[in-house]
Amino acid sequence: MVKELLTGNKATAYGAMLARAQVIPAYPITPQTTIVERIADLISEGRMETKFVKVESEHSAMAAAVAASNTGARAFTATSSHGLALMHEVLIWAAGARTPVVVVNVNRALGPPWSVWADHQDAMAQRDTGILQFWCENNQEILDTVIMAHKVAEDPDIMLPALINQDAFFLSHTSEPVDVPDQKMVDDFLPPFNPKEKLDVDDPKGFGSLVMPPQYMEFRANMARSMDRARDLIRKVDKEWEGLTGRSYGGMMDMYRCEDAESILFGAGTMMSTAKDVVDDMRNEGRKVGIARLRIFRPFPVDEIRYLADSVKAIGVMDRTYTFGQGGPLYNEVNAQLYNHTNQPFTKNYVIGVGGRDVVPRHIRSLFDDLEKVRENGYGEEGEIHWWGLLDGKTPREEM
Amino acid sequence: MIEIRFHGRGGQGAVVASKVLADAAFRENNDVQAFPYFGVERRGAPVTAFTKIDDRHIRNKAMIYEPDYVIILEASLISAVNVTEGLKDNGLVLVNTKDDPDEMAKRLGVKRAACIDATQVAIDNKLGSKFQPIVNTAIVGAFSSVSGVVKKESVVNAILALPRYAERNAQAARDAYDQVRISGGA
Repeated sequence: MVKELLTGNKATAYGAMLARAQVIPAYPITPQTTIVERIADLISEGRMETKFVKVESEHSAMAAAVAASNTGARAFTATSSHGLALMHEVLIWAAGARTPVVVVNVNRALGPPWSVWADHQDAMAQRDTGILQFWCENNQEILDTVIMAHKVAEDPDIMLPALINQDAFFLSHTSEPVDVPDQKMVDDFLPPFNPKEKLDVDDPKGFGSLVMPPQYMEFRANMARSMDRARDLIRKVDKEWEGLTGRSYGGMMDMYRCEDAESILFGAGTMMSTAKDVVDDMRNEGRKVGIARLRIFRPFPVDEIRYLADSVKAIGVMDRTYTFGQGGPLYNEVNAQLYNHTNQPFTKNYVIGVGGRDVVPRHIRSLFDDLEKVRENGYGEEGEIHWWGLLDGKTPREEM
Repeated sequence: MIEIRFHGRGGQGAVVASKVLADAAFRENNDVQAFPYFGVERRGAPVTAFTKIDDRHIRNKAMIYEPDYVIILEASLISAVNVTEGLKDNGLVLVNTKDDPDEMAKRLGVKRAACIDATQVAIDNKLGSKFQPIVNTAIVGAFSSVSGVVKKESVVNAILALPRYAERNAQAARDAYDQVRISGGA
């Protein structure tokens, strides 16, 4: 293995190269553009044997990827924000067609107001498409996840597309040291994609055609079962990768110092990496705190949330977006898993870092303080959802 | 952890400067991070970039608010941006200017300042044009000299890994290393 300084976008391109993606249709969008540029460089340098397809939109990028996957090619693409929103229809198609395309999404806010900065609305809005969702906190995890996601998605028992999420700028444009695994090792880990059924002009078959109502529901239930089966496979693939590289991302969830924790914060992306530093500081002060970082959003880490619920007293859920109408998406998911569970810790929702607002160590400490105070004294007038750091005066000024 | 904040204008190379510095420190077996904060990605607009250097794994992904060092690629930014905001008490500011470092320290209200005419160094080494010189590699060379955070050879090696005009850029770093002046006559 060789360590190189890579941005999240370069790590993405290297992941696609090492996974030997055969077809990459892509359309550029800030802050994803350098992924496409780097892939074009790697192809022109002869380091990737990949058919790059220039397209006129993200909708077409995903459509071309699905078609390539249908022929039995390993297909990859990358996008961000409005680009992912435009792909939405074809993500649903990819899942229904059981084409395991891997998509890297640079998490960016949607407009208006126009914004190019980190936000999780783009990915969370794809919750119900049937796409597997992986979330990353550093560039090493991005590179590793591109390879692992292909393995999970292409498994004959799964056959679903995968979305890999990395925060705009905080990862996409941040250079940090990344171990670039040996190609031979990756080849042994990830064999060529070879689906049972594929488009073949010499052996014509129909794909994605009309079915009558009795059949459609059976197809949908099959998808649901595949998605559920992915949990065990994700844990297994994570262990296998750890055996090869020494790097594990926790399987279905990344738990940091949660063993004897009383209060934990749960959330996704780079802000949870920052939060781990704060947990170390607070542990040194005798505070029993921990971090649960979302690693997989679909399928949801039900067992892991319930496992935590059995030991912790409070879960603060950090959402870098909002479901307009009621609570952040992760908050709603966590509460849903707790309702039918025997142990129900106290929960509170913190909407934070929306549209690229920086989440700094001071904020994490304030959230833990607030969580413990509210657990003892009740929600009060403010209720269970707190948009942290707004100018409305509800967040103490010194903690903004 | 050592935290360095760069202030430049779009097109001057502040982002590359932050990466070259990170690469130099990485070559000395440190963990590093380098990243930009763009307002808008266009020439002339103020750009901020950050480099973090530590001998331990860096998990903090936040921007830098209390830098140990501030590097200013163009002196006109001093009146446009609060360049010294959050600077640590004994922090150092390095400015691309012909001005005297003691006067610069006074003007900025900081204890320590260093000055390098990186524009002239860049022009002498044919980097960019006379009207738009690329000063980033010169200023990282000067930073190595006044801070001691990274060795000159590490900076030169990081620059030699750049895709274009590597040798001229390396020479600019060497020249600036020798020419930079620091307040207090040091």
